[in-house]
Amino acid sequence: MTPATLDRREFVARLLADRGDLLVVGGLGSPTYDVAACGDHPLNFYIWSAMGCAAMVGLGLALARPDRRVAVLTGDGEALMGVGSLATIGVKQPQNLAIVVLDNAHYGATGMQPSHTKAGVDLATVAKGCRFRHVVEVSEMERAAEMRALIHDSVGPTFILARVAADDPPRVYPSLDGHATKYRFMQASAKPTR
Amino acid sequence: MDSATTTTANARADSHLAWPDRIHDHFKRVGVRQVGYVPDTGHSRLIKLCQADPEIIDVVLTSEAEGAGLVAGAALGGQRAALLMQSSGVGNCINMFSLLPNCGFPCLILVTMRGEFGDFNPWQVPMGSITEQVLKLCGFLTYRVEHAEDVDPVVGSGCDMAFSGNLRIAILLAQRLAGHRR
Repeated sequence: MTPATLDRREFVARLLADRGDLLVVGGLGSPTYDVAACGDHPLNFYIWSAMGCAAMVGLGLALARPDRRVAVLTGDGEALMGVGSLATIGVKQPQNLAIVVLDNAHYGATGMQPSHTKAGVDLATVAKGCRFRHVVEVSEMERAAEMRALIHDSVGPTFILARVAADDPPRVYPSLDGHATKYRFMQASAKPTR
Repeated sequence: MDSATTTTANARADSHLAWPDRIHDHFKRVGVRQVGYVPDTGHSRLIKLCQADPEIIDVVLTSEAEGAGLVAGAALGGQRAALLMQSSGVGNCINMFSLLPNCGFPCLILVTMRGEFGDFNPWQVPMGSITEQVLKLCGFLTYRVEHAEDVDPVVGSGCDMAFSGNLRIAILLAQRLAGHRR
């Protein structure tokens, strides 16, 4: 396995640079803090419960908004808890959805206990088996721009496994008000009415 | 029997066979655009109607637990979504349901009951017997339908409540209605 040295905050910042009208879903735990650390944004939807739901929120959103790109940023533990949703995405083959797993092989929110990926379980292989069209593993910061381009331009379901360092950077908490976050997101992303 | 009475009787006979069509009619009326489900005998006709409908995106799930996320994502994208599941599937969803009241997402679930009338499998009883209470504890308003002629008004009302009020609504279709298992 490639040594995991990616700085998650810098990698996510590069992924979300010049994001335009990209719709972003932040999975429970550290990925939501990473997304928030890039600066709060009305097209961010932060998830604070329901561990394992992030990829499905992305699918529902991508199916509803085929005119927009959708990126889900989540962790290895969160993705493992909802691993069946990768198969569900494979069935629907959304053209505009990217799942980015920030894999630090640990449960950061609960004290850095090792996750299944620490033992060698490979979510990229799972994604390939689930018919994701583009599956990429990345552990070099130099490839962040390439990953950003995939999120914005790939055709077909895209899975990026980013092997990030097992650290626990200072937490950046976005709003905990789900209603406010929802309405802000819906207003900012609404299709223009004639 | 006069012709009006005959027509009414026929309509009632038709509605007995076609209660899934009445649910589909209400999906169309209120603009449900995504339907998530795990394959189910009781919902088989409704699932086929949704699959055949070009205005509805049908999403087959590996677990009912995926449904709440789908509903939330659809709502964020401006679409209405409904879920179809067996009572056993409700148990798979509990923590995922937390997403819905936390953000005020509307959610309409049609639940076919197991573990009650005529079910050959008593192992379905523990979950089937607590399904309605579980849904209530998760913040759903629940309505139980025993007879085919009640599907149309109850589902109609449930659709309106869910989507006009951002409420969580579950409609339990009794096993006597949805089909018992042998």
